[in-house]
Amino acid sequence: MTKTFRMDEAQPRLLDETGQGIIGAPLDRPEGPKKVSGRAAYAADGMPDNAAHGVLVRATIPRGRITGIDTASVAETPGLLGVFHGPRFIRNPAQGMAGEAPVQPGDEVHYHGQPIALVVAESFEAARDAAQRLVVSYDADANVDTDPAKTDALEKGDPETAGDFEAAFSKADVTLDRAYSTPPHAAAAMEPHAALAEWEGETLTLRGAQQMLKTNRLELADAVGIDPENVRILSPYIGGGFGSKLGIGPEAVSAALAARELRRPVRVVMARQTVFDAVLRRTETTQRLRLGADRSGRLLALSHDDRVTNLQDEGFAEPVSQASQFLYGAEGLSFAQTLARVSRTPSGSVRAPGEAVGMLALEQAMDELAEMLGMCPVELRLKNLPEKNPMTGQPFSATRLADCLRDGAERFGWKDRKPVGTRRDGEWYVGMGMASAARSNMLIESAARVRLSAEGAVVETDMTDIGTGTYAILGQIAAEMLGLPVEKVEVRLGDTRFPAAAGSGGSFGASSAGSATFLAAKAIRETLAERMGCEPSDLTLQNGMARGGNREVPLSELIDAELVEEASVEAGDTSESHFSSGFGAHFAEVAVHAYTGEVRVRRMLGVMAMGRILNEKTARSQALGGMIWGVGSALTEEMAHDPRTGHMVTRDLANYHVPAHADVPGDMTVVFLEERDDMANPIQTKGIGELGISGAGAAILNAVRNACGARIYDMPATPDRVIAAMDAAGY
Amino acid sequence: MRTRLTVNGEPREIEHDTRTTLLDALRDHLGLTGSKKGCDHGQCGACTVLLNGKRVNSCLCLAAMHEGDEVTTIEGLGSPEALNALQKAFVAKDGFQCGFCTPGQIMSATAMLEELRAGEPSYASASLEGDMPLDDAEIAERMSGNLCRCSAYPLIREAIAMAAEVKS
Repeated sequence: MTKTFRMDEAQPRLLDETGQGIIGAPLDRPEGPKKVSGRAAYAADGMPDNAAHGVLVRATIPRGRITGIDTASVAETPGLLGVFHGPRFIRNPAQGMAGEAPVQPGDEVHYHGQPIALVVAESFEAARDAAQRLVVSYDADANVDTDPAKTDALEKGDPETAGDFEAAFSKADVTLDRAYSTPPHAAAAMEPHAALAEWEGETLTLRGAQQMLKTNRLELADAVGIDPENVRILSPYIGGGFGSKLGIGPEAVSAALAARELRRPVRVVMARQTVFDAVLRRTETTQRLRLGADRSGRLLALSHDDRVTNLQDEGFAEPVSQASQFLYGAEGLSFAQTLARVSRTPSGSVRAPGEAVGMLALEQAMDELAEMLGMCPVELRLKNLPEKNPMTGQPFSATRLADCLRDGAERFGWKDRKPVGTRRDGEWYVGMGMASAARSNMLIESAARVRLSAEGAVVETDMTDIGTGTYAILGQIAAEMLGLPVEKVEVRLGDTRFPAAAGSGGSFGASSAGSATFLAAKAIRETLAERMGCEPSDLTLQNGMARGGNREVPLSELIDAELVEEASVEAGDTSESHFSSGFGAHFAEVAVHAYTGEVRVRRMLGVMAMGRILNEKTARSQALGGMIWGVGSALTEEMAHDPRTGHMVTRDLANYHVPAHADVPGDMTVVFLEERDDMANPIQTKGIGELGISGAGAAILNAVRNACGARIYDMPATPDRVIAAMDAAGY
Repeated sequence: MRTRLTVNGEPREIEHDTRTTLLDALRDHLGLTGSKKGCDHGQCGACTVLLNGKRVNSCLCLAAMHEGDEVTTIEGLGSPEALNALQKAFVAKDGFQCGFCTPGQIMSATAMLEELRAGEPSYASASLEGDMPLDDAEIAERMSGNLCRCSAYPLIREAIAMAAEVKS
C-alpha cells in the first residue's frame, strides 16, 4: 500500500542522523561504465529485426490547408511500406505536464516545418528519399502573422503589482529605463527525438526519449485514442532533455500510429533539422526594465515588462519576470506580460524558462544602475535583499544569497576589478562582471518503491535520468537510509510500470523523486525497528548491520522475505507558508578583442546555496552545465527565422551555435554553501539543474561592459554587436 | 551491395544500400549502437569512430567507400566490466552527463592524443614543430568538433588530461 506524505510542516533532518555517511558524497554515477562504453541503450538504439523506418515530412508553408498528399509520387520507392497522416497526427510536442494530446490539426498547417506525414519504408535510406520527394499540395493563407514585431494578435496581461510603482519611480533619485531583446533559443539536446513503437494486441510499448513518463503516457494514449492502461513507455536513458522532451512529440505519435497499421515495430528518429523545426523552442523576448533608487542605492521601484511569443492554442508563456518578482525588494513593483501570437514553431520550456532570459536583462540593469550610482555591483545587490518575497509576503524558507555574494566576491578576487575599459592584455580588453542567481524551487507529487532483501535493495520509479544524476542520487538516498554500501542498491528508472514520479523538469526531479525514495526507505526502517524491538529513532543501520535496543545483528537476519514499501509525496502547507528558491552568485572574467569584438570567457565562478547536496559530483556537473549555457545565451546562441515565412533558418548545429570546447574555459569553479531547506521537502533539498544558468549570462555581459565599455541590450554579444556597442560607448 | 570491413578487430560483411553511411552500417546493420547519430551532418561529433586509426565523423562516410578498412568503435575500447584508462577517467571525473555524446568524445580523444604525440600542430599550438604540450588550450581546441550540450566540457578535458598522464 502506498503511504502518502504531505509536506505540511518542517521535517526532521533524518539524513543528517543516519550512519552510512554517503549522502552528499561525490560518488561516480552507477550507470557511468555503460555510458562510457557505448552500452547504455537510448531510444534509437534498440532496432528489432522486423522494425521499419519512419521519416517525418514537414510543411513548407507557414499557414494554410493541405489539399493533397500525393502518395503516387513516391509509390515506386523500393521497400516503401506506407505514407501516414490524418486526424490523430499532432502539430507539435505537448507542453510539459499537459497530460493530454496537443493540438491535432487535421489538414491544417499552422507553422512552417510542422510535421504533416510519416513515410515508412524497409530501410532508412528509402524512407528518407521518399519523404523528401513526397508531393504535397497546399492552399496557403495570405497575410500570415510570422513576424513577432509586426503581429497584431496580442494578448496583454494585467500587471502584477505590489505597492505603487509609478509613485515610487517618480520620487527616485536615480532611474534607469532600458529595453532589451533576446532571440529564440533551442534546447538542442545531443540526442535527436526518437521513438520505437511496438504493438502487442491492444498494448502499445514505446521506447522514447521522454522526460516525464507519468504525463507522457496520458498524452500518447489520448493522441492515439486508446486507454492509458494499454500504454507502456520506456525511457531508461535519455540523451539530454533541457525541457525539449517534457511532452510527447510527433515522432512518438506517428510511430505508434504507423506501427499499429503495419503490425510491426516502427522507429522514427527526427533529423536534426526536424528537431529545430518541430520541437518546442524558447521564445524570443523583448523586455523593458525600469529601476529607481535613492542615492544610497536602495531600490524604490522595479518594473519588468516583457513580450513573448507563441503559436495559437498553446497555453505556455515564458515567465520572463519570475526572478525579478522576488530577488530584490522595492516599494513599488510592477510586472506585465504581453503574448504575441505568431505562426512559428511554438515555444515551450527550455532550461530555466523565465530566469534564463529574464535575468539577462534584470542583472544587466542592476549592473548599469550600480554604475550610475557609483556603487559596487555586489554592494548594490547586498543592499537590496528582501526579508520576504516582496510580491507575496511569504518568508523565504532558506536563503544564503548574501553569503553567496560575499563569498564569491572574496574567492574571485572581485576587489581587483578595474574601472571600465582600463585593463588591457595586448589587443584584448579584460574585465570582470557578476550577477545574482535565483531559481524558484518546487515539490511535485512523486512515488517510488523500495525493496529490501538479504542481497540488497532495489529502487523503482518511473522517474527519468536525463543526465542529471538520478541513478546516483536515488541509490545514495536508499543506501543511506538502509545502511548499505551504495553498490548494494540497484536503481530502476524510466518505465511506466513503476510508481509514477514527477519526471525531470523544473529542477524538481531530485527533490520530488528523492523524497519519495526517502519515505519508502523510511517505512522499511520502521519495520526493521519493530523487528529489532526498538523505536525507529533508536535504530542505526550501517554497512549491513542493524543496531538498536542494545543489540547488533546483521540486517540479513531481520529479513525473512523481501520487504517492499511504496511511498508518495506531495506539496502541502509549507508551499503556501514559505517561498523556496535556490540562490547564488555568478562571477566572470572575459577578454574582448579591441579590433574584432570577439569575446573570450577566461574564467567563471558560481557560488550557490541550493539546500542539501545529494551528490557533490553530479550536482557540480549540473551547475557547471548551467553556467556554460549562460556562456551560450550571452555570446553565441541565436535562432533566426525568416520574418516573411516564419521559416527557421538556423536549423542545424552549424548555424545554431551552442558552446563548443574552445568556447569554455578550463577555469570554471562551482562552490556549494552548506544549506538545509526544511520547508522544501523531507530531504531538505532544492533544485539544481536550472540555477546554474540563471544569471550566468548576465555576469558575462557585465564583464564585457567592464572590459570594453560595450553594453549589450540586444543579445547575444556577437562581435558585430560588441564592436557597434564599443563605438556607441566611445571605446 | 556488399562491403567487407574489419570492425573492432573482427572481419564483418554487410549487405547494404548504396546510400548507407558508415554510421548507419555500424548501428543498424552491425548492432554497434555505441556510435551515436546527433546530427547526421558532421556537425556534432557524436558518431566519431577510428577509421584506419584516424578519427572521422562516420555519418559523413559512405559504407561503400570503405571496403577492407579497419574501424574501431567505442565498443572496441572496453566493456563496462573492463574499461580502458580514458573510459575510467571519464567516469571518475564525471566527464559526461546524459552520455549521448560520450562515445564520440572518447573516440575523438583517443585519436587526438595520438595526433598530439605525433606532433601534429593545432590552431592553439605556439609552433608548427616540436613537442606539443598537453595543456587545456590544446585539448580544448582539438576537441572542439565534439559538442556536449550538457556542457561537461571542463570535466571532459580533465578526464583526457588525467588519462594521458596515466598512460605516459
